[in-house]
Amino acid sequence: MLNRYPLWKYLLIVAVLALGFLYATPNLYPDDPAIQISGISSTQTIEQSDLQRIERALNDAGIATKGIELSSNAGSGLVRLVERDDQLPAQDIVRRTLGNQFVVAQNLAPTTPDWLLNIGAGPMKLGLDLAGGVHFLLEVDMDKAIEARMNVYDSELRSLFRTERVRYRSLPKQGNVLQFGFTESDQLNAAQRLIASKYNEFQITTTRRDNVDVLRLALTDAKQSEIRNYAVSQNLTTVRNRVNELGVAEPLVQRQGANRIIVELPGVQDTAEAKRILGKTANLEFRLAAEPNAPQATKESFEFRDGMGRPPADVERSIILTGDQVTDAQSSFDENGSPQVNIRLDGHGGELMSRATRNNVGRGMAVLFIEQREVPNTVMQEVDGVMQEVSVPSFVEEKSIISLATIQSTLGNQFRITGLGSPAEASELALLLRAGGLAAPMYFAEERTIGPSLGAENISNGIAATQLGLVLAMIFMVVVYRGFGFLASIALTFNLVLLLAVMSLLGATLTLPGIAGIVLTLGMAIDANVLIFARIREELASGASAQRAIHEGFDKAFSAILDSNLTTLLVGAILFAMASGPIKGFAVTLSLGIMTSLFSAILVTRALINLTLGGRTGKTLSKIWL
Amino acid sequence: MLNKTINFMRWRKPFYVIALVFCIASVVSLVVKGLNFSLDFTGGAQVELSYSEPVDLGSIRQTLQGVGWGDAIVQNFGSTSDVIIRLASEDPDVGNQIAELMRAENADQQVTVKRVEFIGPQVGEELRDQGGMGLLLALGGILLYVAMRFQLKFSSAAVVALLHDAIFTLGILSFFGVPFDLTVLAALLAGVGYSLNDTIVVFDRVRENLRLMRNADLAEVINVSTTQTLARTLATSFSTILVLLSLLLVGGESLQGFAITLVVGVIIGTYSSIYVANGLLMTQNLTREDLIPKQLEEVDDRP
Repeated sequence: MLNRYPLWKYLLIVAVLALGFLYATPNLYPDDPAIQISGISSTQTIEQSDLQRIERALNDAGIATKGIELSSNAGSGLVRLVERDDQLPAQDIVRRTLGNQFVVAQNLAPTTPDWLLNIGAGPMKLGLDLAGGVHFLLEVDMDKAIEARMNVYDSELRSLFRTERVRYRSLPKQGNVLQFGFTESDQLNAAQRLIASKYNEFQITTTRRDNVDVLRLALTDAKQSEIRNYAVSQNLTTVRNRVNELGVAEPLVQRQGANRIIVELPGVQDTAEAKRILGKTANLEFRLAAEPNAPQATKESFEFRDGMGRPPADVERSIILTGDQVTDAQSSFDENGSPQVNIRLDGHGGELMSRATRNNVGRGMAVLFIEQREVPNTVMQEVDGVMQEVSVPSFVEEKSIISLATIQSTLGNQFRITGLGSPAEASELALLLRAGGLAAPMYFAEERTIGPSLGAENISNGIAATQLGLVLAMIFMVVVYRGFGFLASIALTFNLVLLLAVMSLLGATLTLPGIAGIVLTLGMAIDANVLIFARIREELASGASAQRAIHEGFDKAFSAILDSNLTTLLVGAILFAMASGPIKGFAVTLSLGIMTSLFSAILVTRALINLTLGGRTGKTLSKIWL
Repeated sequence: MLNKTINFMRWRKPFYVIALVFCIASVVSLVVKGLNFSLDFTGGAQVELSYSEPVDLGSIRQTLQGVGWGDAIVQNFGSTSDVIIRLASEDPDVGNQIAELMRAENADQQVTVKRVEFIGPQVGEELRDQGGMGLLLALGGILLYVAMRFQLKFSSAAVVALLHDAIFTLGILSFFGVPFDLTVLAALLAGVGYSLNDTIVVFDRVRENLRLMRNADLAEVINVSTTQTLARTLATSFSTILVLLSLLLVGGESLQGFAITLVVGVIIGTYSSIYVANGLLMTQNLTREDLIPKQLEEVDDRP
């Protein structure tokens, strides 16, 4: 018998390998250190003239550039540098040249040639442990989210009772349960009817205390989980906006689990700045300015945020709406050319706003900025049966007024604030309105900074280990399995190329454990070949002819190969499901590596053996081959 | 077929004793010494600094003591000019503060901050739970898979063998104080997967030979199967250890724990798949009848 593949199988293998090489090539082009420039808002765009100014400034400073270009996504620019060490000084120079209307960030720009980009090829993404940068894990304080929402309900209900002339008695909140007292039972019934007609998110109970009927309103579980979900997704949006304000190239903002948010900022070294902007747990409240003759109990007094010698202003205690209902805010100019901020609210927010402003045209409306500052606080707590001091993050609220404007007409879900001092004030207010919308405070649960030197070191170590691993594995194969081992070594090299190609095509992120996974698969990929060759030797020893032994060897080893690889895939899948970040990278390369190794170890090796030996009719196999 | 069959199963009982002793010793070490959990699992702050010249750890400790961080752990990392400072703290900023302090203290030489990490206590605890969960999940999945592909006796033997691997590997990590971080956990799981490879390849042969060698008893079938697969088992383990050595030698400090754990895992996995897994097939008294559905098929196949 002869071992031959039909022509289409050879062609298929050649085609796969050619594609593999093609899509792995982008990784050979090293990234350029670069400076990326983009406008702070979408109206701010980079022009060709700006780039020329930058070029001159960099030339004057003696910093060599490879090219300055306008990026494909409108309005941003990219300055490619020659030396990595020039990045920091270049960033400073560009910042000074352009002023503070632009975000200037360090970046690594791929140098993939256009013909490769046109076929969708690109290099692998590098994880933070290879590229350097900051990783944050933020935890959203869910209880605060519910508490904040209850406060809004509280003031909503009070104003509802007032307008519908339901006489109630104020009672303090009990945890997250709102309480209203009623001395007359018809008023209690009226209140219950009113609530039932407008709200379905409350669990309503009544009790009687000191001759007063107490109406207790708690949120249903469904509504609570809705609020929690909303809080995280709202915070996610806000964090995304804030990260954009930071101007980091290719950031990652992702939800993790029920109440956490991952932020990865490649290339960022200044964690203090990043943390200040991300961690400012701010919120907004829109409230009516208090009438001069309003009773003291219904108003509060706050300072202005910017100071500027303005006296504190009185505002009503009840809240119209909070910052999480602000969907957008942009600074621009009105008809007369004076600065203004355009605000857009979500549907519910618009309704609340129009209800509050309908009868209050001519009164003032204040926007309050609330910052949650984290203060260390220790409490005695029982841990593992022992009383000890445990520090729990606690928050102090600082409220200040960022805007106090007169209501000109009934406001809906789109309105504007005019009468601002300067364009700078307008853009600052717009930024605060935009970025201020955190539904709940967050704190840092995890923080990792990887310096650029460690990242570069990890890459070179990883490459060295891969090369050495490949060479050792090849030597081993040739020593133990001679000619067949040599063919398997060629297949092993193809395996590496294929793995890199698949990783690049999928846009998978390469991490340091990921590299370890690649090296490990090099060792484990051999296993399939070892199984086959050992089997062929056995068949030869039991007297089979060369061609028969090759055929039987591949055939009989298959079930063992499949079983053992499937179980490794199982482990890879479990790792992938439970791990995050770098370890996920390991699971990815391990799993992908096993799949590509099945192709290379079985099909490619077989094709190579068929090509070299498949046509021989001799009974025995020379020792040189196996 | 090789001419000489090695009588592996004759040494089954002594190896049981050895495996048992190792496992007990591992558990003792895990209880007494515990694992050297790294920051990933304990929570706290860690700073990795690289000095331009070798640096005296004592003076660093003194500096830290001076500002009230006396309980910080200061260690060399890889070379005498690389230092790791670890501190149990729940303040996210403490890492950056230490880095700043060290930079300010050593104005005469260049200090590069290679890595700053902070992990909240809750996250660490969760990762620990998740890790244990992952191991259990992996074992459970394997039990199901092997039971499906082979038979329940194979599957329970495989899982006990893997449990032995995991405990023994953990014991060695604990005894030598290898820092246990997330990559080591991944290596532990990969090692379990690897050991299973070995076990399955041998089991595959046992199943095949049980059908072929109709007159041989179980011990002989296992001996023959193990001998037949021995060359492959050793070759694969050796090649895997080779690439792991390349990771250990040039892969850098960050992957050392990973490489060490897998080398240990591969070695343990190799012997356990021969003795523990196969031995347990004997102990459970596997018979041809256990594989009867498959046998019927084979008979039907004949003309």
